[in-house]
Amino acid sequence: MLLAVLSGFLLAVLTPAIHRVVGHTVGWVLAILPASLAVYFASLIPLISDGGAVVKEFAWLPGLGVTLGFLVDGLSLVFALLISVIGTFILIFAGAYLRGHPYLGRFFVIMLSFMASMLGLVLSDNLLTLFMFWELTSITSYLLIGFDHEDSNARKCALQGLFVTTAGSLALMAGLILLAVMTGTYSLSGILASSDPLHEHAFYLGAVICVLAGAFTKSAQVPFHFWLPNAMAAPTPVSAYLHSATMVKAGIYLMARLNPALGESMLWSTLLVLFGSVTMVVGAWFAFSSSGIKKVLAYSTVMTLGTLTMLIGVGTELALTAFVCVLVAHSLYKGALFMIAGILDHETGTKDLRRMGGLGKTMPLTALFACLAALSLAGMPPLFGFIAKELMLEALLKASFWSLGLTVAAVVASMLVVGVAGLVAVRPFFSAFLETPKKPHEAPPGMLAGPAFLSVVALVFGLAPYLPETAVLQAAMTSVAGTPVDSYLALWHGVNAPLVLSGLTLVTGITLYRLWPTLQPNLSAVNTAAARIGPEAIYFRFMEGITHIAGWQTRVLQNGVLGHYLLVLVAVTFGLAGFTLVARHEVHLALDLSGSRFYEWGIAALLVAAAVFSSITRSRLGSVASLGVLGFSVALIFILFSAPDLGITQLLVETLTVVLLVLVLFKLPEFVKLSSPLERFRDLAVAIVAGTVMTLLILAGLEVQYFESISAYYSENSAPLAQGRNIVNVILVDFRALDTLGEIFVLALAAIGIHSMLKLKAEDQYKP
Amino acid sequence: MKSNTLILHTAALFIVPLQLMFSVFLLLRGHDEPGGGFIGGLVAASAFVIHAFSFGSEATLKVMRIWPGDFLAAGLLLALASTLPAIVAGQPILTAHWWQIPLPGGDYFKMSSVLIFDVGVYLTVLGTISIFVIGLMEAED
Repeated sequence: MLLAVLSGFLLAVLTPAIHRVVGHTVGWVLAILPASLAVYFASLIPLISDGGAVVKEFAWLPGLGVTLGFLVDGLSLVFALLISVIGTFILIFAGAYLRGHPYLGRFFVIMLSFMASMLGLVLSDNLLTLFMFWELTSITSYLLIGFDHEDSNARKCALQGLFVTTAGSLALMAGLILLAVMTGTYSLSGILASSDPLHEHAFYLGAVICVLAGAFTKSAQVPFHFWLPNAMAAPTPVSAYLHSATMVKAGIYLMARLNPALGESMLWSTLLVLFGSVTMVVGAWFAFSSSGIKKVLAYSTVMTLGTLTMLIGVGTELALTAFVCVLVAHSLYKGALFMIAGILDHETGTKDLRRMGGLGKTMPLTALFACLAALSLAGMPPLFGFIAKELMLEALLKASFWSLGLTVAAVVASMLVVGVAGLVAVRPFFSAFLETPKKPHEAPPGMLAGPAFLSVVALVFGLAPYLPETAVLQAAMTSVAGTPVDSYLALWHGVNAPLVLSGLTLVTGITLYRLWPTLQPNLSAVNTAAARIGPEAIYFRFMEGITHIAGWQTRVLQNGVLGHYLLVLVAVTFGLAGFTLVARHEVHLALDLSGSRFYEWGIAALLVAAAVFSSITRSRLGSVASLGVLGFSVALIFILFSAPDLGITQLLVETLTVVLLVLVLFKLPEFVKLSSPLERFRDLAVAIVAGTVMTLLILAGLEVQYFESISAYYSENSAPLAQGRNIVNVILVDFRALDTLGEIFVLALAAIGIHSMLKLKAEDQYKP
Repeated sequence: MKSNTLILHTAALFIVPLQLMFSVFLLLRGHDEPGGGFIGGLVAASAFVIHAFSFGSEATLKVMRIWPGDFLAAGLLLALASTLPAIVAGQPILTAHWWQIPLPGGDYFKMSSVLIFDVGVYLTVLGTISIFVIGLMEAED
């Protein structure tokens, strides 16, 4: 299991080498991995088809209690199978689609890493590892959308997708932690098995909202849907894999996964149904009114994601059955359709549906598979999509609330989708022939394999629905519902309400398709007008706002005047510390000075005199020298109180500091007073406050002792445990060696920083 | 920048080697008596600072033979290397390992991963300060 998840990452590392060896056939070679993974996952079917689950754990960070646990039940196995099967064909397809691309090796590296992350996501049992894989899919998606990195639009779209999904995943992390606090475990199987009702818990509201924020952004629900169509800037294999079949379903997966734990409350159902149904209608609308084939498909994906969310929200047994069927049906036909879109783009040189036509003669096989997939999309018998759609309508008709409204919304969306199906399968192939930028040919076998397999599977599942049902679907329904589900999938249910509604959507959909050439420009104009106040406009304004605020705070706080930085740092630090001190503690000024010696008073006087002199003198050298006096006096104190190591270090550091300061002094211009008296007064006030607060802090620290001092432990154990009698050194290099290790790296960083600053400066001077 | 006083010149010729030896002495005895890698590194760096003040930074770089940045890198590498024995033994990193190396005359030298770590600290401190001072002096010229 561990190997199954990690093998993708391992192969990704080796990909560039493999690419060099096998050349153009790299797609076929790499596809062996997901194919064998698919076989492996298929071999797990008997273990879970009766509703069982397999949990495997590997200690990963035992110190933090993070395990690399894997949970295989119906739901995760359905996802794992989809990921590996579709992944196999996507890799083959990508090898042909991007044939000869200079960065093909790089592409496969990211693609395989994505596949491994996605598998990790759906198989994780631990919430934290799930979250980690969740983030990995966001990052790989970012790299893939921006794969064509010389195109500024692709970069922009990639960033948008990343920002939207990671903003959501921040919320998700909070939600998952809340969930773990509520249930006392980070293990999904533990959370699902616990019988405590979470609904009454004080954190329930927060956890639901945070988890949903993560799921909605990832799965492109309105109002976060806009990033998904923009993600179509990615190469088509990526769109087919990440942005239709797998990654965008991660949010759906999470909601389905947590449904038994968080579901069955009014809040959960309302939110899911509301956002889901709105997304469904909005997605269908935009799909129908777009003209680029990939945009059309992307928006129809948004529509399906909305449908899935809504079905989880409805939550009846029927709705969850429909959920699993829609999920599988969609992955099959959408994967196929996207690859067909890739073929069309590849062969004709355009993505615009308005410029394609009559390709059926030159590309008969592509046309055939496109029709099969589109029939499934439109929900026509005898494809699997039909079964899914019938179930959905039936579930909505029997929903416990908002039944009428949801059914109307679903019917409207279905009508539009029938039109969309016509757009992607009928129009390019069977309408009047149009000249395209490139002369089209039938697609090569590598590109046809995917659509062929997926659409035929959709047909087989439609004709024999009991095959997938008994294998995994029923188990998946059981894991989404949390209780065993009895389903009965069949192509023919008799003449009933869903069938009538299906007929209605078909007729209206065909009419819509015929009207599309006249309707589309108007609809598109409406969309353009609406976009000005849409969520994407808000996103851009928000991003601009961030830039503005960042610019403003940089101008205010980091204005290049060193003294100003110091002022802000000191004022903030001591302001906060002083506030806490006064607010949380009582300040006692009881100081017992009776045991002090006269030479201690002498050093104290020297300290004060040096400090005062260094701040009032006009000579820089004098100021530096008196700072040196200050440091030496402190060293003297250390030595008097028998801390020789500290004393020596202080002496050396002071000496070197003075040397460094003197070296810097030579570079400074003549001393002039630049600050006004008011500013100097302000600086003085801040300095005095800082000094006072520090003094009070030390006094408070002397009288408060929260923990037993650790110094006794050090002095007792330094010789027996660490074989050293010098406690200071033993602490530095043994007891707290990790701190020292960190510190010397900081030292090195400082050295590199100063070195580069000086070198840059020196080079500037030699410029003509 | 380079000072032309005879006294500093003459003194530096004696002080610099003595101070370097002293720094190694501090480093080695550090585990039991006052001293250690940090202090030793500072003392060694001051020796080179004195050298640079009396003979100029170029001469110092020549005497050092190795560019200070390489001291820095070597120090960090040694400090990291000192974590290896613990990793190999499957313990938490930076767990100390001790080896008694017999010396002629029946004595033992206390060799340890801790000492390697301390040498790493010594070199890092030496490298850092030298980069600071020599860099600044070079920028002056």
